[in-house]
Amino acid sequence: MAEQISLQGRVPYRAGGFEPRRIPAAAAGTLLGLLAIWQACASLGWLSTDFASSPVLIVHALLALIRSGELWSHLAASLRRLAIGWTVGTLMGLLVGIAAGLFTLFRSPATAVVSALFPIPKIALVPLFIIWFGIGEGSKLVTLAFGVFFPTVINTMAGVDGVPRNLIRMAQSFGVPTRSIITKIILPGAMPAILSGFRITTSTAIILLVAAEMIGADKGIGAFVLQAGNLYDTDNLLAGIVVLSVIGLVVSWVLGWVERTLLGWR
Amino acid sequence: MTGSVALSVDAVSHGYRGLRVLDTVSLEIPAGEVSVLVGPSGCGKSTLLGILGGLIAPDAGSVRQSGLLPRDCLNPLTYVFQDFALIPWRSVAGNVSLVLEDTALSRAERSDRIAEVLDLTGLSEFAGAWPRQLSGGMRQRVGIARALAVRPAVLLMDEPLSALDAQTRELLLDEFAEMIGRTGATTIYVTHNLAEATRLGQQILVMGRRPGRIRETIRIDRPLASRTRDDADLKKIEHRLWNLLRDDAAAAGQELSHG
Repeated sequence: MAEQISLQGRVPYRAGGFEPRRIPAAAAGTLLGLLAIWQACASLGWLSTDFASSPVLIVHALLALIRSGELWSHLAASLRRLAIGWTVGTLMGLLVGIAAGLFTLFRSPATAVVSALFPIPKIALVPLFIIWFGIGEGSKLVTLAFGVFFPTVINTMAGVDGVPRNLIRMAQSFGVPTRSIITKIILPGAMPAILSGFRITTSTAIILLVAAEMIGADKGIGAFVLQAGNLYDTDNLLAGIVVLSVIGLVVSWVLGWVERTLLGWR
Repeated sequence: MTGSVALSVDAVSHGYRGLRVLDTVSLEIPAGEVSVLVGPSGCGKSTLLGILGGLIAPDAGSVRQSGLLPRDCLNPLTYVFQDFALIPWRSVAGNVSLVLEDTALSRAERSDRIAEVLDLTGLSEFAGAWPRQLSGGMRQRVGIARALAVRPAVLLMDEPLSALDAQTRELLLDEFAEMIGRTGATTIYVTHNLAEATRLGQQILVMGRRPGRIRETIRIDRPLASRTRDDADLKKIEHRLWNLLRDDAAAAGQELSHG
């Protein structure tokens, strides 16, 4: 045996770290700190407010938009498009995803079509949809629905696939009818994947909404942001972006609430 | 609840992707008795149980059932699973309820049955708990409660204790013996644990290594209630079983370790 080394003393603790924690104060503090730095730079003249506005000017712009009622007309148009486009795309995606997850005959063709069309950037299709459905609401709603449809199909199919087969066999062994197996085991079992898909599709829908509104709309946050940009009105431009950010936050909060309510068993 | 259904297996063979797992297996499962299937890993015990309960279609041969069902039986051939197979988004009572919901039972009858089987399995206090909140032993009790709720004529138990620790296994084994004795259901119990086999089995079917066949049938006529853990006669049978299985078990281990 080689030369021995003496080992004495207290055994050191070596298993620290790698345990992420949420620190809400740090999150809020960072955001507020960045805003304060931005405002300070603007107030001290280090940053041109014509070029980058400032938090105070953006708040003023937002208040003016609220008072004039302009914000609500743009917001209402956007939310209406978002709600209709996302709901239609989601319902169709759920239908196809569940069918592809459940029925072998439907699965192969659905997978082939989804695989072929999913990678296409949906924004690139907006001009085509305008040709097909006109410059009005139709093309915008189709763009949103189309963009939401594919991720929903993929997540729903993965969710159905991910339902433990032993649960289905168990239900079959007890003679539970197929309809109940679908509604009581497969759909609830696929719910976590479906809901996580909703997080992706709502963000996608907001991106596509803005893109579609920038191409051809009078009303809507996307159109408002574009108009402000054309006028070099950075206060209103950034006010519009703040509104989009708030929409994203509210949607995320609602989805979080739905997840906590439906998936409390996890 | 009285068990008077017998099963008869006639020349059943089965394989997976060209690998023959069961080879012309024929056997009789007497009504109201506990038949235990033992054998080395991979000998086809669980496959045979799946075929007996209609969850696997055999490549050849057939299984016939004969006898009288209990009047209130809702699912004649009922499984208790090794991995419990509990629905994680349903409470303990909800898991039991699942197998009663699409039956002719009224809501009140269903509630009564759920309360009865939860009481029988000592789970009344945990009716509202989620499966994730339960220990392994309690989860398997939910599996048992669910099985009893449908008043089975035949209980098919696929290594129901193998996922549990030794102490819980010992406790549940006594409860199984008591429950099986009380229900009188025909029981088919798959295990690789020879102590479980001698504690519960009235007929022990010893399977040889793959492709599985019945090598020997051993009968133990002593009543379940009078069997104890340290019973010398049962130890002798356990020893005999081990002698029968030792070579096959070693060979199966080699097969598995070589992939």
